[in-house]
Amino acid sequence: MAGPEFEVPKMSEYTEVPKIKEGAMAHAKSFPAAEASQTSLGFPWKLTDDWHDRAINRMGELLVKYRGLRVFMDACVHCGACTDKCHYFLGTADPKNMPVARQDLMRKVYRRYFTLPGKIVPWLVGAEDLTKETLDDWYSYYHQCSECRRCSVYCPYGIDTAEITMAGREILNTVGMGQKYTSEIIAKVFKIGNNLGLPGPALEDTLLGLEEDIEADTGVAVKLPLDVKGAEILLVTPSADFFSEPHVESLIGYAKVLHAAGASWTFSSYASEAGNFGLFNGNYETMRKVAMRIRDAALELGVKRIIVGECGHAWRIAYAFWNTLTGLGYGGNDPFSIELQKQLDPRYKQPSHICEYTWDLIQRGVLKFDKSLNDDRVITFHDSCNVARGSRMGDEPGGQFTIPRNIIRAVANNFHDMAPETIGEATFCCGGGAGILTDDLMEVRVKGALPRMNAYNAVAQEKGVNFMALICAICKAQFTKVVPYYGFDMSQIGGVHQLVSTAIKLEQD
Amino acid sequence: MSSLTVFYIGLFYFATFVLVAGLTYRIYEYWKTPAPLSIPTTPAPTTRTGAVFRVAREVALFESLFKSNKWIWVFGYLFHIGLALVLLRHVRYFSEPLYSFLVFIQPFGEYASFVMVAGLAGLWARRFLVDRVRYISTPSDHLILALLIAIGISGMSMTFVAHTDIVNLKGFVRGMMTLDFQPLPTDANLLVHLFLVALLMIIFPVSKLLHAPGVFFSPTRNQVDNPREKRHIAPWAAALERDNS
Ligand code: HEM
Ligand code: SF4
Ligand code: SF4
Repeated sequence: MAGPEFEVPKMSEYTEVPKIKEGAMAHAKSFPAAEASQTSLGFPWKLTDDWHDRAINRMGELLVKYRGLRVFMDACVHCGACTDKCHYFLGTADPKNMPVARQDLMRKVYRRYFTLPGKIVPWLVGAEDLTKETLDDWYSYYHQCSECRRCSVYCPYGIDTAEITMAGREILNTVGMGQKYTSEIIAKVFKIGNNLGLPGPALEDTLLGLEEDIEADTGVAVKLPLDVKGAEILLVTPSADFFSEPHVESLIGYAKVLHAAGASWTFSSYASEAGNFGLFNGNYETMRKVAMRIRDAALELGVKRIIVGECGHAWRIAYAFWNTLTGLGYGGNDPFSIELQKQLDPRYKQPSHICEYTWDLIQRGVLKFDKSLNDDRVITFHDSCNVARGSRMGDEPGGQFTIPRNIIRAVANNFHDMAPETIGEATFCCGGGAGILTDDLMEVRVKGALPRMNAYNAVAQEKGVNFMALICAICKAQFTKVVPYYGFDMSQIGGVHQLVSTAIKLEQD
Repeated sequence: MSSLTVFYIGLFYFATFVLVAGLTYRIYEYWKTPAPLSIPTTPAPTTRTGAVFRVAREVALFESLFKSNKWIWVFGYLFHIGLALVLLRHVRYFSEPLYSFLVFIQPFGEYASFVMVAGLAGLWARRFLVDRVRYISTPSDHLILALLIAIGISGMSMTFVAHTDIVNLKGFVRGMMTLDFQPLPTDANLLVHLFLVALLMIIFPVSKLLHAPGVFFSPTRNQVDNPREKRHIAPWAAALERDNS
């Protein structure tokens, strides 16, 4: 690893709130998107001449389309309760990384152009004209927000800075200031069907290779079927699961579980991506277009049930938005929704999370484990933000916290939670969500991981924890890259189904 | 009738109009703006009743703020509970007959003004003492606090220092309500108090005081967590679906 060009924060027992350092992260600028990908998203790729009016118009449009944005722009009282809640502020001390200050970057423009006092007495209410510098600030600081919604938990009005960041990025895209990383990934999904740009034949090869590996390892012919028409279950998983480490270990875990349950299931080469970066830039149409691939694949394959693999933002979109975007769920009474509902098996939640599926099997006694196989690990669980604060599992609020932990306890003997103020709904982001997971933002990623690293270090010191289990492809990629900066080995990061995979007993057939 | 009385009558009609019309318009705007996606901050209630209770807890207890920051919660809660009692106490200047409830809360209302001002002072102190809060404060944040404290102190000066002629004041207020205008007592502290109150009413619909209606409309708090069971779709999104599915 080449030495970092920035100072890696020092870990401490608790995460302390730093004194503000103005401009500390102003230099962080993610690479701008180029022509090809922006064109395929339908956005300009360099600053348009009419950027000013375009930006204000777009803002006006968003304000009448999104109640959240509208209310959040007005309601903030500048109480300051959110100021110490963002991991990027805690890790960088840059005051513009305080949620309210991040919102104010947009709010000052909103006040200037859309409110009476801002038009008459801008200086009094902190209203400012939209300038090129403002846009640069937006670009910088809206790409230092992982849309993790931690601030929203703590705001007395639930103001969700993620919604504002999304609106900010959408406006930036509209004027030609897109971000390379998210733009290229979305373009790849449009063209090939997954974030990694892995075409169908390559996927098939990969799956065959994995089948051989599993058989060599266990002596059992666990299958990883692709494009099987008439299969009962469609498993949609982040494409990173197909060949990134440690993601693939969880993929093997899903396959073993499905095998042990005797399920009829398949992947789809057309819908080979659960992730949906459309969320990150807050563009409804993009998000819908990406999500539609899953609906189309489900209809094409005739599956009765849809299960989603370990991925945070993908699960939020699947759980909370698929029904809205694609009619994948229940309760819709329009022809579009009904077409899919007729096909789905109403006994199951649609979509289901792989953890819901596995936990159900465990409760019914279908799966057998040798827990001692995980005894070399002392495990903790990192709640991924989109799962924790944007979704649910099971029937009860908070099922997203208990179900993955229950699975871990069922497959391993040594489990310890991190400090309560760093897990559950209070969980700290990995630092790499929502389009931050790119090398050009390495400093933001490393510093943003500080609160999580402090909490992990505390249980590592006190309880000997040596493994952080998680259920998010982005968290996995982020942590494996970032924990070495803090002196941990990347093998300490892995998936919940990786633990399942280690302990599950498969019957020879 | 003195020109002073005429001025105050005009001022209060204007302030009342701005407050009522402005708030109605703002609430209508919030109401008609759709929330296209299901975005409650989870864990969230899975039933409508649960969501109503969640918002009620935010309004009555400042639940999220309590989780967030105990100092702001203490000061903020003191201020708002003080304000609520003080406002209730003021109903007696408008209401005829004088219900026994109003008489009952009278002493609490009087002392609540101390609580209110103490809370405000605490909140204001934070704007100077905590570097993060200092950074985000705009002049208007300071001025609103100054305004509320000035209203509180001018009011308390009449309750506890130099009593004003309450009977005549009530005549003036009822006069405005029944279009049978009566002269306004001319004590300086009353004039200041009333002027500032009118100002507060006027800025209400164009300032951050919109947090009061806003809290009821915040989708992260008032939505039900049931997206797999119920299809949640905004009119503009449904139109988009008809056009390109
Ligand atoms: C539904 C009713 C209301 C609710 C739930 C509510 C709630 C809150 C909360 C949670 C805060 C943040 C904490 C704090 O700074 O106190 C706040 C701040 C504030 N509220 Fe309210 N409020 C309501 C009505 C009002 C009214 C009617 C007024 C004034 C006329 C008011 C004036 C203020 C002011 C000035 C602040 C900012 C204090 C500061 O500068 O720190 N609120 N409110
Ligand atoms: S959403 Fe997360 S990253 Fe963004 S401002 Fe809030 S706490 Fe920070
Ligand atoms: S907690 Fe909410 S109201 Fe308070 S400053 Fe932050 S965003 Fe504004």
